[in-house]
Amino acid sequence: MRTLVAFLAGLTFGFGLLVSGMSSPDKVLAFLDLAGAWDPSLAFVMGGAVLSATPLFWLARRRQRPLAGETYDQPDTRLVAKRLIGGAGLFGIGWGVAGICPGPAVVDLVLAPAATIPFVAAMIAGILVSARLRSR
Amino acid sequence: MPDSWLLSLGGGVLIGLAAGGLYFLAGEIAGVTGIVRRAFIGPERVWRVAFLGGMAAAALAWLLTGNVGAATAGLHDLSLWTLIGAGLLVGVGTDLGNGCTSGHGVCGLSRLSPRSLAAVMVFMAVAVLTVWIIRHAGAA
Repeated sequence: MRTLVAFLAGLTFGFGLLVSGMSSPDKVLAFLDLAGAWDPSLAFVMGGAVLSATPLFWLARRRQRPLAGETYDQPDTRLVAKRLIGGAGLFGIGWGVAGICPGPAVVDLVLAPAATIPFVAAMIAGILVSARLRSR
Repeated sequence: MPDSWLLSLGGGVLIGLAAGGLYFLAGEIAGVTGIVRRAFIGPERVWRVAFLGGMAAAALAWLLTGNVGAATAGLHDLSLWTLIGAGLLVGVGTDLGNGCTSGHGVCGLSRLSPRSLAAVMVFMAVAVLTVWIIRHAGAA
């Protein structure tokens, strides 16, 4: 059941990225380029996503446990650590350089494997090396 | 309202339904960085692999529409070293920062997490600045 829910969520998520234009580096960079020919579309992606997700997160808060799971994952919401800010900054540089973030990287990997493999391989290496160093 | 804004809004709603639905039904956060990391090193790899499989299935279905050029516009303009360097920065940054556009952006903002709001403001601001430096600083 959890596996099916996750698959369907991933499917919907993937279509959302494709329909919205997030999978295109040109589109993402045009959104980030405030001083150029600014394309505000991606603000609608984030707006639409937060709009439709918020009620579901709110409904979840009123329940003891999920239908297909043991507990609701509750990431720490308060602590703003240096590591969080530094990491977000590094991510921002990488995102600004190529216009690809992790979600779109996954769908681009299927659409255009040859062009995307170097990015995804480096990204996964970065994630795993960083996670390894963190856990020491 | 231009069509591309409507498509973006519609796509955003789908992303939000997926993230909110995964949380409501399974109690899990749809943050792609965390999902990728734990799909490799656990714990609970199965649902994470299924989520990534769902994303890949959506992209496979998209291949059938033939609309790949627009969906990946700009991807082929990036040099190999740009891809590798950006991939490393994105990987290390999202791991240290505990999330990316989906985890902090979609899920964190929807959960009203101050920590995610801080992360989103930092990575948006830095990304905007990075694009400005690359595209405009030299010409100024």
